[in-house]
Amino acid sequence: MRRPGKPVLLGLGLVALALAPVGQTDYILYILSSWLVFAIAAVGLNLTLGYAGQISLAQASFMGIGAYTVALLTLAGVPWLVAMPAGVLLCFLVGLALGFPALRVQGHFLAFVTLAFNTLFFLVARNEDWLTGGPYGLSGMPRPDFWLFNTDPNLPFYYFTLIVFVISSALMWGIVRSPWGRAFKALRENPIRAESLGLDTRRITLLAFAIGSAYAGLAGAMFSPLVQYIEPGSFSFVQSLRVLLMVVVGGSGFFFGPVLGAAVVILLPEFLRFTEGYYLMIYATMVILLMVFCPSGLIGLGQRLRDRFRPGRELRGDMKQGAQL
Amino acid sequence: MSAGTPVLSVRDMSKSFGAIHAVQGVSFDVMPGEILGLIGPNGSGKSTLFNCILGQLTPNSGRVEVNGQSVSGRRACDLNRLGVGRTFQQLSVFPQMSVLDNIILAGQEHRGTMLGRLFGAPDAGLTADADQMIRFFRLDHLRDTMAGALSYGQQKLVDAAMAFMAGPSLVLLDEPAGGVNLTMLANLKERLVAYNREHGTSFVVIEHNMEFVMSLCTRIIVLAEGRIIAEGAPDEIRSNQTVIDAYLGG
Repeated sequence: MRRPGKPVLLGLGLVALALAPVGQTDYILYILSSWLVFAIAAVGLNLTLGYAGQISLAQASFMGIGAYTVALLTLAGVPWLVAMPAGVLLCFLVGLALGFPALRVQGHFLAFVTLAFNTLFFLVARNEDWLTGGPYGLSGMPRPDFWLFNTDPNLPFYYFTLIVFVISSALMWGIVRSPWGRAFKALRENPIRAESLGLDTRRITLLAFAIGSAYAGLAGAMFSPLVQYIEPGSFSFVQSLRVLLMVVVGGSGFFFGPVLGAAVVILLPEFLRFTEGYYLMIYATMVILLMVFCPSGLIGLGQRLRDRFRPGRELRGDMKQGAQL
Repeated sequence: MSAGTPVLSVRDMSKSFGAIHAVQGVSFDVMPGEILGLIGPNGSGKSTLFNCILGQLTPNSGRVEVNGQSVSGRRACDLNRLGVGRTFQQLSVFPQMSVLDNIILAGQEHRGTMLGRLFGAPDAGLTADADQMIRFFRLDHLRDTMAGALSYGQQKLVDAAMAFMAGPSLVLLDEPAGGVNLTMLANLKERLVAYNREHGTSFVVIEHNMEFVMSLCTRIIVLAEGRIIAEGAPDEIRSNQTVIDAYLGG
């Protein structure tokens, strides 16, 4: 049933995002832009993990591939508008290749495969200093200049990030609402049944990795001009865990889950800074409590509340086992 | 395909798991519009045979043809596109999708190209067809309910509806009556017979419920220890002494 409240909420959210930076300091603008950049990466991982059910601990490495590609090209004088698609395409292709192990292994085995890939990327970025600058990284990447819209100051860069975030989210909305979205969910819920209904599960598994990785590449392409300095540590395994945390905290498999999750991971620590030395401890405790009492994330918490009033939508617990085949 | 061509032709199918010979040299044909029952005691090789036919197990030897076309070694998704539907012994709906979405999913891979589906309508233009299928299986009142919230019998009906959504020429039903109450079972049988009459679709049914299988099928094959021990009309099978000894236990 169509609920008229949703478009209104979406509109209010966009207005809030447009007004959020007004009167803020450069630091807050950086934090807000950073939230949107990581939200793009989390939206991509949500497709791979949340919709298609394929675990990936390599999202930061794809951000790194996108960031280094854009950094190297823009430092060489290539416009961002050309460098960005190159980075995204490269991530799509590498993500496609990383999807092949997922055709053979699942669950924690797949997690270790992707973890190993992230480590491999980190080592290449750190050791191949002729290309990546090694541990010293790359710096001085220019921000995009679109003739009348120069994103060099922090405020225009925030709006530029917001535009990229809205466009990429709209594209993802189109994907998950299309028959592809139904196919990704079928892969997650029951791949054997999906295959018997004509769905090429190999192809859809590879696409889940490739599209999710391309989104991380786009986030990396934004990260590079945002910080204007990148080094291997920015794309380590720990960063992949942060992106995973965004998806899980917000609600894996829910469209707005990763955006909310990115807000919790990026913005909440800043709100807790008034507690001074305790802020990270309080933050960690809050995350533990959320995961213990609501493993389906913040959006899942909202759905559980809604299901209390609309029990017909709730999944029957006694039927879950039978559906797994 | 000529009128006399079997919808399904299985030749010399064998499958072993180590020293256990689950299926041994099984051959049979299924003709257009036929409802074939496949019965046998537990461990007789029925499900293994199903999985070998459907490409979910690789047989040690044997050949499978669908509508005269060899499909040996083909994947389950390819077989489905060639007109072979199936249901599973255990529940196999997509629990976190609505009944409507389950049915649409069962038909969408048969519509256009993969890229075309990305840019096409969210329902792949299948809502009207899916509604018709939902009505046929008398699931109208559950159309927008999450499949995981349905009763066992209702999920079995959704499962069957999904197998028929792509307009298959052959459907393999693995224990469709298992765990279904009598009222729902009568409904399921009546719908299967009606679909068979209206569309001429052939069925192969694995079933332990003798009353169900004897009243539904036009021909029955009995398996024991991986081999065919009897074949014939339901009445012949009922009175076959070999079957009584091996399966019905006298």
